[in-house]
Amino acid sequence: MQEVFFYVFAALTLGFGFLVVANPFSRDPVTRAMCLVLTILSLAGLFVLLEAYFLAAVQVLVSAGAVMVLFLFVIMLLDVGAEQRRRAGRAMTVMAVASVLALGGVFARALAGTRLPAVSAGGAGMAGDVEAMGEMLLTRYLVPLEATGLVLLVAMVGVVLLGRKDLK
Amino acid sequence: MTAGLEHYLGVSALLFGLGLVGVLLRGNLILMYLSLELMLNAASLALVAFDRFNGTRNGQILVFFIITVAAAEVAVGLALLVALYRKRQTAQVEDLTGMKL
Amino acid sequence: MHSLPWIILFAPLLAAAGITLFTLRNPARSALLSVSAVAVAFVLSVVAFLVFPAPSAPVELSGVWLAVGSLQVEFGVRLDPLSLVMLLIVTGVGGVIHVYSCGYMRGDRGTGRYFACLSFFTFSMLLVVLATNFLQLFIGWELVGLSSYLLIGFWYERESAAEACKKAFLTNRLGDVGFLLGIILVWATLGSLHFGELAAVLETTPGALGAVASLAGLLVFCGAMGKSAQFPLHVWLPDAMEGPTPVSALIHAATMVAAGVYLLCRVFFLLEATPAWPDAAPAWLDGITALGVVGWIGGVTALLAALIAVQQDDIKRILAYSTLSQLGYMMMAVGLSAPVPAMFHLATHAFFKALLFLGAGAVIVSLHHEQNIWRMGGLHARMPATAWTFLIATLALCGVPPFSGFFSKDAILAAALDPARGSGGLFLVGVAVAFLTAFYMTRLVLVTFQGTPRSAPASEAVETSPVMKWPLVVLAVPAALAGFWSIDRFLDRHFHPAAAAPASGWFEQWVAPLVHAPLAVLLSLVAVGLGFYTAYLLYRGAATDPLPAKLGLLARGMRAKFYLDELNAWCIRLTHDALARLADWIDRWIIAGVMVRGTHGTTELVGRALRLVQSGNLQTYVLVVVLGIAAVLWLALGPRP
Repeated sequence: MQEVFFYVFAALTLGFGFLVVANPFSRDPVTRAMCLVLTILSLAGLFVLLEAYFLAAVQVLVSAGAVMVLFLFVIMLLDVGAEQRRRAGRAMTVMAVASVLALGGVFARALAGTRLPAVSAGGAGMAGDVEAMGEMLLTRYLVPLEATGLVLLVAMVGVVLLGRKDLK
Repeated sequence: MTAGLEHYLGVSALLFGLGLVGVLLRGNLILMYLSLELMLNAASLALVAFDRFNGTRNGQILVFFIITVAAAEVAVGLALLVALYRKRQTAQVEDLTGMKL
Repeated sequence: MHSLPWIILFAPLLAAAGITLFTLRNPARSALLSVSAVAVAFVLSVVAFLVFPAPSAPVELSGVWLAVGSLQVEFGVRLDPLSLVMLLIVTGVGGVIHVYSCGYMRGDRGTGRYFACLSFFTFSMLLVVLATNFLQLFIGWELVGLSSYLLIGFWYERESAAEACKKAFLTNRLGDVGFLLGIILVWATLGSLHFGELAAVLETTPGALGAVASLAGLLVFCGAMGKSAQFPLHVWLPDAMEGPTPVSALIHAATMVAAGVYLLCRVFFLLEATPAWPDAAPAWLDGITALGVVGWIGGVTALLAALIAVQQDDIKRILAYSTLSQLGYMMMAVGLSAPVPAMFHLATHAFFKALLFLGAGAVIVSLHHEQNIWRMGGLHARMPATAWTFLIATLALCGVPPFSGFFSKDAILAAALDPARGSGGLFLVGVAVAFLTAFYMTRLVLVTFQGTPRSAPASEAVETSPVMKWPLVVLAVPAALAGFWSIDRFLDRHFHPAAAAPASGWFEQWVAPLVHAPLAVLLSLVAVGLGFYTAYLLYRGAATDPLPAKLGLLARGMRAKFYLDELNAWCIRLTHDALARLADWIDRWIIAGVMVRGTHGTTELVGRALRLVQSGNLQTYVLVVVLGIAAVLWLALGPRP
């Protein structure tokens, strides 16, 4: 059963991901943003399969919810029209593909040289997901947590500052 | 056939590649941003998969932070974009060559 | 007691600093400061001399100055008979000359600068004299060279003075290169720079220097050759007479040029070491010892300079060549393994030669800076004090008993006759030089002070001011009597601490040379008498020099200093031109061509290439970054499994 779900979600993720990058049906940015939402939702499905329930929820709430709302808001605010018909330079395309292939090569080599754990080692230990995560965040990862809070604060101040009309 | 770690990693790598192509080839800053989000998510997937198969939880914590920081980053980035758009009336990357000396 | 030498050493330096900082524009105060500093140094030197303890034990005060690895250099002062004698000469003669300078430099714009330099020179000289090790001595040595440079070029607006000081400095430098190499060689072989330690090592094992013994001795002699103006590095000293006359008296007659002789006596143990050459050296070197070279260079210098002095017309130049010739004498004595006579002659020479220069200075001032002796004449009647003191110094220089020069010069000639270490050739040179000395000094005295005035200034000359006259009188005393002061006996303690010299009265001292080496005395006296006689015959009442007509070509050679300057210039032009052409080629093709243009060309090419990358396009940058990351990761994965 799980395998079926894996393939379904993986296909959905990759398919919608492809639509984000290159949509043959529509050039509308809003459509693309919506495709990204669907990608993230499929990814959340994969998270569930990996028994990361808390993260799946956070992923849906934050990424798919809050962030994507922000995206849509800005797209509509700026009224970005359909992307102008513009062909990326041939050289650039070749180079992009080449760089992706290079990274893929590195990945393949890394994978080939490693023995991966074959079966899932987790199981029963992963129960009580939220509780355990919360405890770790407030004990071992307290300092990064606080730092992240600070980052959010700074980001907020920065956004307010950038949003002023008389920005120099 | 059970879905092993390598399957998840494969999905993650493909997703990452898709995002990278988007960043490199799309001319619109907002679309580049969307592609960037794809790459971040691909990384998250890899981390969670590693966690699952190693029986640890550190990667999940990391993903949690990624999501948080990504949210902050998107907020700042989009604010920058809006400010830029107000000034230049464009969001096309080829019009923004201010980094050339 | 222990601060005594330090005060002696640093008082002149303080004076120099004080003058430079505060009283440069006030001649009177500068002079006062400088004179009082040297006076303090002199008084304290006398005290040090009187309280100097046991004869064989040198007093040494020092602290570690720098330690680099196994090289440990001390900064200290060393009091032994050798340095005490030099101390007294430098501060004593120097003090008299300081006082004299007050009169000589009156009215000069740069008096403050003059006294600063003079004090600085005194300090440097004392540093040389009191040094406990080679490095300290070398520092003083160089500072002496520097102050000499400053003082020769004191009237720097005169082109000849500027040229002369450059010549002096460069020639000295040439010798100093050898000296420095010698110091390094000694340190590399024996691992110490300290005079006491080195002497102790070489005393117990005379062959400790091994195969480089002769080389080390000769390299150190190079330094002495430059400073003491020995052939062929003698060319700077006559030109150095461009400086003020008191400077000529102090630096270029009494003290600095004697530093070379002092150095050789100080490191005499080095010259005495078993002579040896490296195996690779050619065979004809085997017969040559460092001492032999020193002796013959000294002899050649003495003879050559005396010959040149015969045909010079400038009063200071005659004295300069005479100085050269006497320095040659001292070197000869060192070469004859007779450091005591060398130092003895150094001491007496310092007195009478300083006196001669000061007398010449008085004449020059009275004649409004006329230096040609053929435009003088008849000065004896007009400047009696100067003339009498000049005469005393002349007699001392010629070696007429009982004046001081007689004893010291005779000791050297006696050493040349010594069966164990003497040399017949050098003895003949010595006698010849004695003859020539008597000849040219008689010529000088007769032409300058006798006869009738041959120019308007000469007929109106008057005796100089007291501040210049009294130093002459004061110096005349040791010039006449220093022979009886047992300087040689005192120095003997340094070189032969074991043998206690018997005390003796002045009469025994007077007749000692006669008893000791009657042949030497006899021959030298005959030579001197002959010199007096021939010069008297030739120059009595002469209005022009009769010698060129009689000697012809030889006289022309003497007058032109045997064309040595021209020879030097020719050699230098030859080598210099070749070197310059080589340097020009290197500069044009290697440095400017390959290095400069290559660098800028490569940079420009790389820049042009990199400019293409920097397009300002965000995506290009991302691409580069991604490729870079891929490369780094690939490398991080390590070698292919």
